[in-house]
Amino acid sequence: MAFDFYLSTMWSVLKALPLTLEIWFFGIAFGLLIATGLTWLRASGYKLGEYFTRAYVFIFRGSPLLVQLYLIYFGLSQFDFVRHSPVLWPILRDPMYCTIVAMALNTAAYESEIFRGALRAVPVGQIEAAKAFGMSAFTRFRLVTLPIALRLALPAYSTEIILMTKATALASVVTIMEMMGTAQKIQHDTFRPIEVLTCAGVIYLLLNLSIARIFAWVEYRLSPHLRPPPEQSQQIRPVPEVL
Amino acid sequence: MEFLSDLQAQFSTAYELLAAGWGVQLLWGIAWTLAVTVVSMLIGAILGSLVAAAKLSPRGGLKFIGESYTTVFRGEPELLIIYLFYYGGTQVLTGVARSTGSIGSTDILNMPSFLGGVLAVGIISGAYQAEVFRGSFLAIHRGELEAARAYGMSAWLRFRLVIVPQVLRLAVPGLGNVWQLTIKDSALISVTGVAELMLTANKAARSTHHSLLFYTVAGILYLVMTSVSTPIFEKAERYTSRSFTRPK
Repeated sequence: MAFDFYLSTMWSVLKALPLTLEIWFFGIAFGLLIATGLTWLRASGYKLGEYFTRAYVFIFRGSPLLVQLYLIYFGLSQFDFVRHSPVLWPILRDPMYCTIVAMALNTAAYESEIFRGALRAVPVGQIEAAKAFGMSAFTRFRLVTLPIALRLALPAYSTEIILMTKATALASVVTIMEMMGTAQKIQHDTFRPIEVLTCAGVIYLLLNLSIARIFAWVEYRLSPHLRPPPEQSQQIRPVPEVL
Repeated sequence: MEFLSDLQAQFSTAYELLAAGWGVQLLWGIAWTLAVTVVSMLIGAILGSLVAAAKLSPRGGLKFIGESYTTVFRGEPELLIIYLFYYGGTQVLTGVARSTGSIGSTDILNMPSFLGGVLAVGIISGAYQAEVFRGSFLAIHRGELEAARAYGMSAWLRFRLVIVPQVLRLAVPGLGNVWQLTIKDSALISVTGVAELMLTANKAARSTHHSLLFYTVAGILYLVMTSVSTPIFEKAERYTSRSFTRPK
């Protein structure tokens, strides 16, 4: 009886997984686009660009995502020009799009800081060597700076992606029936919150653990230079030259 | 400019609404938010140090418990943990009260919303603090612990005189980050009905239909809280590491 309940709850929550993943994916994708723009603005050397990114990061990292979500979903629709705009209104009246917009804007602030740190951590010697080779600025960026910076940004980026998985649960407060929303509904119908939330919790945990595992694998693949050399067996050890 | 006149219309009532009592309400909201954050940080500090000790323990069982704690409470959505403690607490309390007969079989004994929220946020905060404490402990110079042992200090004395002062010093920057995180997490417990800043802004927005105004004000107040705490933690960092600064 209890087992059946767990099974059916698990199944109902799992059916909402695609929606959670949809919010997650688009939030991350748009967030990455905005973060790239912000990082570029910050690194471009224009004072105005730097002030803008500083203010952006300050605002979006300093306030809770929930406030940002409410501000976008409930707040912006107060403007008449938003409600009459053929472009903005279809986006801002839809809770799904609003969540994605809020998540993208929020994560972009954190990601742009991660990318900035990674760019600054690229060893100067590598860049100097590239310059000495006569590489153009673009070639240098494409072949030296970017690959090193991406590798350096990866651990912090994976943390941010996991924070994003957790943030998708906030969509439930603006009526989206993703995993959290579905769990909430079942819980209200059955009055068995502990069982229902445990089921949802297991799914979220498995999701995050698999994401962490994937990133750990990518990190491993991208850092062959940090791995210990493979142990050579006795038989195939090369014969010393003196013999 | 339609936009500008619109903006002006939105904000011309701002002063009136804030002066009509919502301003005071929001200030109370700040007080509750700070109370939630401080209590959660304290719960988190106790749990966090225990979990850090468990994670550093050579015993497999304790280590596993510590690892699971930080994995679960950092990997679950905060909202889920809050619902679990609030609604789950109600489920447990009601079950216990019904079985002892102190309430009728159809009555419900609600989890106190402040307690449920603070426990949930405190436990999440504890998972992050555990990592901070663990990192700080590992950063203590091994030689100092060995020296203390060589002096014949007991485990308790080593803990009190060598480990705690240094862990606290090294943990200050990390604790500053957890503090910011906990302020932002405290906004989520508005779902349980604690009248902190987020819920107050929500109520104000719904009853006056000025969501833009009140959510903007709430956002600014959160920014004030997070940015005011930055220099405080910087000062604490300077104070705790005053004997480690380089002479000028």
